[in-house]
Amino acid sequence: MLKSFLIFFLVFGTSPDGGSSQATVRVETANLQGPRPLPEQTGRAAIRDYLQSWQSLRVALEQNRADLLDSSFVGTAKDKISETIQQQAVLGIRTRYQDRSHDIQIVLYSPEGLSIELVDKVEYDVQLLDHDKVKTTQQVSARYVIVLTPAEVRWRVRIFQAVS
Amino acid sequence: MKARMTFLLSGMAVVLMQLVFAEEGGLRLPKAVEAGDSFSIQSAGSGKATLYIIGPEQVLKRDMQRGATALFPAGSLYNAGHYLAVLVGESSTETGSFEVVPSSKPANLSFLARPSRLQVGLHGGITGAIYLFDAYHNLIVAPMPVSFELSNPSGVVQKNIVVTRNGAAWTGMDSSAQQGIARFVARIGGVSSTRIVRQVPGDPCGLKMSARQAGQKVQLATEPVRDCNGNSVPDGTIVTFTATYNGAQSTVDVPLKQGFAEVQMAAHSGATFSVASGVVLGNQIRWER
Repeated sequence: MLKSFLIFFLVFGTSPDGGSSQATVRVETANLQGPRPLPEQTGRAAIRDYLQSWQSLRVALEQNRADLLDSSFVGTAKDKISETIQQQAVLGIRTRYQDRSHDIQIVLYSPEGLSIELVDKVEYDVQLLDHDKVKTTQQVSARYVIVLTPAEVRWRVRIFQAVS
Repeated sequence: MKARMTFLLSGMAVVLMQLVFAEEGGLRLPKAVEAGDSFSIQSAGSGKATLYIIGPEQVLKRDMQRGATALFPAGSLYNAGHYLAVLVGESSTETGSFEVVPSSKPANLSFLARPSRLQVGLHGGITGAIYLFDAYHNLIVAPMPVSFELSNPSGVVQKNIVVTRNGAAWTGMDSSAQQGIARFVARIGGVSSTRIVRQVPGDPCGLKMSARQAGQKVQLATEPVRDCNGNSVPDGTIVTFTATYNGAQSTVDVPLKQGFAEVQMAAHSGATFSVASGVVLGNQIRWER
């Protein structure tokens, strides 16, 4: 059973300029709806895989390579971000998403154990490049709803949506 | 001197004008746009510029004239999310953000019901979970009531109405006492999704056999094997007959045929016969000639 836990840890990634960067991660006490208890290990694995999905998102959108989404995204989320990558490529745009902080709460472990939903108040930087010229860099704060489903050896993001 | 003052004042006026334009020059953005709806973005100033709308979910780019209004027809932005609008001119860049929210009209349900096959009479044995989407497959996060209905073979309908939270809802249902096919339906508005749940008999209940002489042997036969709700246990279910005589044991496994199991075993006077199916024990018979 997932105990009440509050964790701060750092995820190390690579910043757009090639230097190392860190995202601060805070995991709130799970506020689960649903009858199925969430094993702590499962919750941790889902959060770990979700955080890794931000790295996949970053490199895929920066390099306009949809294949880099494969390890972390599936279904609707993958389709939508792949479409964005196609649009970027056509328009000569690239975007760099660098997550700065996450405040995550698991809100649903579905009764059959085939999906985990979490919400994340995330802060990130977005850099816009048009034909390799940086046009702007903006800080963004948004609340995301994420649904993860299990794959062979990891959880993959199936729904990835910012909500107001 | 007068000319210098005039030049200075006019210079200050230009600077002031620029400040005014800078203050007013922000993009006028909608706070939120429903997915797929038309919208517009206004800008101030003059000169050529490029407008970018970016998010992980979608990107748009459009050349426009500062001071004009960029109109985006229906269907331009359809993926819900948080978007940045960036207007890049020759000398300045303006930014803003807005949300694209899911349509409030559900169009799709992702419905997962488990299990697809289970025993009768299990409390909370059937679960269903849904995620709710609009026509563009955006998760509808606004709370909405979803109806779950389980129609049992007997015609009894269990119904639960659950309000979605973060686009999801779940429920638990009891399997009925009667075996057969149940239809599990999740419905909201005109959108529904159906799953079939097969309810099968439970373990045998009150397993009972009788014995009679059959030549040199004894014929053991069960009564019709049923579960505790009176449903016939399916053919093929293994029934085990055991004979114990003089400290030795022999067993025979027999599959149910048309609800019965029968076997012939050696008829030793003083032998004890017992019957079982799985973990369910039936009666015992002591054979005396």
